Amino acid sequence: MSGLEVRARDRLRDLELDVELQVDGDGSVAIVGPSGAGKSTVLRIIAGLRRPDPGRVVMRDEVWLDSGRGINLRPEERTCGLMFQDYALFPHLSAWRNVAFGMPGPRQDRRGRALEQLRRFGVEELADARPDSLSGGERQRVALARSLARDPSVLLLDEPLAALDTRTRAHAGRELVHALRGTRALAIVVTHDFSEAAMLADEIFVMDEGRIVQRGTAAELSARPTSAFVADFAGSVVLNGTARPGADGLTQVDLDGGGVLQSTDLIRGPVAALVFPWEISLQPGGAAHESSALNRLAVDVISVTEIGNRARIGLSSPQPLVAEVTVESIRSLALRPGARVTATWKATATRLVPR
Amino acid sequence: MRRAAFAVGLFLALFLVLAFLTLPIVAIFVHTSPGDLISSLGEQDARDALWLSLKTSVAALAIIVIVGTPAAYLLATREFRGRSVVVTLIELPLVLPPAVAGIALLASFGPEGLFGSALDDAGIQLVLQTAGVIVALTFVAAPFYLRQAQEAFAAVDRNLMDAARTLGATEARAFIRVAVPSAGQGIASGIALAWGRALGEFGATLMFAGSFQGITQTVPLAIFARFSDDFTAALALSGLLVIVSAALLLSVKVLGRSPILGGGAP
Repeated sequence: MSGLEVRARDRLRDLELDVELQVDGDGSVAIVGPSGAGKSTVLRIIAGLRRPDPGRVVMRDEVWLDSGRGINLRPEERTCGLMFQDYALFPHLSAWRNVAFGMPGPRQDRRGRALEQLRRFGVEELADARPDSLSGGERQRVALARSLARDPSVLLLDEPLAALDTRTRAHAGRELVHALRGTRALAIVVTHDFSEAAMLADEIFVMDEGRIVQRGTAAELSARPTSAFVADFAGSVVLNGTARPGADGLTQVDLDGGGVLQSTDLIRGPVAALVFPWEISLQPGGAAHESSALNRLAVDVISVTEIGNRARIGLSSPQPLVAEVTVESIRSLALRPGARVTATWKATATRLVPR
Repeated sequence: MRRAAFAVGLFLALFLVLAFLTLPIVAIFVHTSPGDLISSLGEQDARDALWLSLKTSVAALAIIVIVGTPAAYLLATREFRGRSVVVTLIELPLVLPPAVAGIALLASFGPEGLFGSALDDAGIQLVLQTAGVIVALTFVAAPFYLRQAQEAFAAVDRNLMDAARTLGATEARAFIRVAVPSAGQGIASGIALAWGRALGEFGATLMFAGSFQGITQTVPLAIFARFSDDFTAALALSGLLVIVSAALLLSVKVLGRSPILGGGAP
């Protein structure tokens, strides 16, 4: 086995952790889930900062933890780098001394090697600065340089972008992708943001209430979520209802709170109907029915949020849903809170999963 | 109007506190000319007392810091049964009257005390000896340091220690390289408090070690010895002690904020 294997059961304050995860090869994976799902705990278990019982952590044939055999390597004995959410830079040490802290090898050329490492992340000129004088983005790069300074086989990143403001986040995210590709370490990123996970990782583990509920690529999770939870997380609109056989071999879903949908998925009983926001188009309230889209819901506009050249339109059916349209459509449809429009999408774009 | 009255009240309270606490110190220097201070240094017994005070307080402080720092770290970072009992026992000397502390030391380390014969067998003499002064100072000053250091260690971000471990540091190295510097400012103010308490120690020293010039007569004891027959000389020595104490405390505080001790400067 060439990758990382983690099996752990652990009792947390208000959570029963029961995780099995197997990562083959290199590259990067993400553990994504809401806060309190136990994601950071998994990282702490891998790093040796927390000991689950029973637990097993094996990295490239090296057993780091095996509670059954009484093996438990100390954190300093595991070739594992951990970047904390708040970066945890040592406040009393300059940037280069932070990076040099974990560096093996002779003392005399440590500064040179630390500078080299800082240069990789474009922050060499900050070598003598203390962490409290650095910006969030600079701190993140110093922390990344530090966690890679020992050349770890596994790099754990706990919410690497969460401490940054929204404007730096996108840029820092792209840089992080680049940095992760440049290392030999297997990277495990923990985040609560699905799009961040999609950007940073090749494969995603979705975690909820202490368990891994689904794994796959971002595209797989979006297209074939096995639960409404994963669908919601992957950015789908989730509408709850009850499915029963409909006309023409389709499934009809009576939505809770009113409204009817059609889907090509064949399933019965309580379901979550899933559709991507960009599959939903909006038409004026009283427009004639003139498209192949079977699903038509009368909805009220709740919010309009412009993101560059597109906009997210918050709607109420009365169940909440979101449509993504171009900025041009806001004008042509006079979309503003309180407006009444019709949301339409195709039955073939409607996924049904049991609830 | 009522808000203004409240603000005035606050300032009045602060003024009263300040006046009451500083006036007596100001009075010492009103009665003592700089010439008196210098001439008091010229006297052998004053020089002996000052030198002894410095020697014994530094020795006591060294013992307190070397043994107390790891102990405070343990108390701050580990949960164990009876921890709060231990903390209370350690803080007990804080509320002990100095006379009681002196008696307690005699009862344990004196010739007739609990460990008296054991110490005697080991050839260790404490009572009426300089070593006895150090024991007394350590006993009364240690809790001040332990309290501050414990608080400072408890405030150190756990993530910093965890980060050090994942960067290859053993627990001991993380303690020395991360916990101690991060707690630097709290440790420095603990040292300042303990040092101040040790320099001012009077009752326990007098009862346990006596007042012999050059051997156990620290500055406070020398002041008391002069007090009955030469008030001016006692005043001058007091002024000297105020200056020395203030200078020591100030330098420790400044050092705690500097990068050398690693106090996280803002």
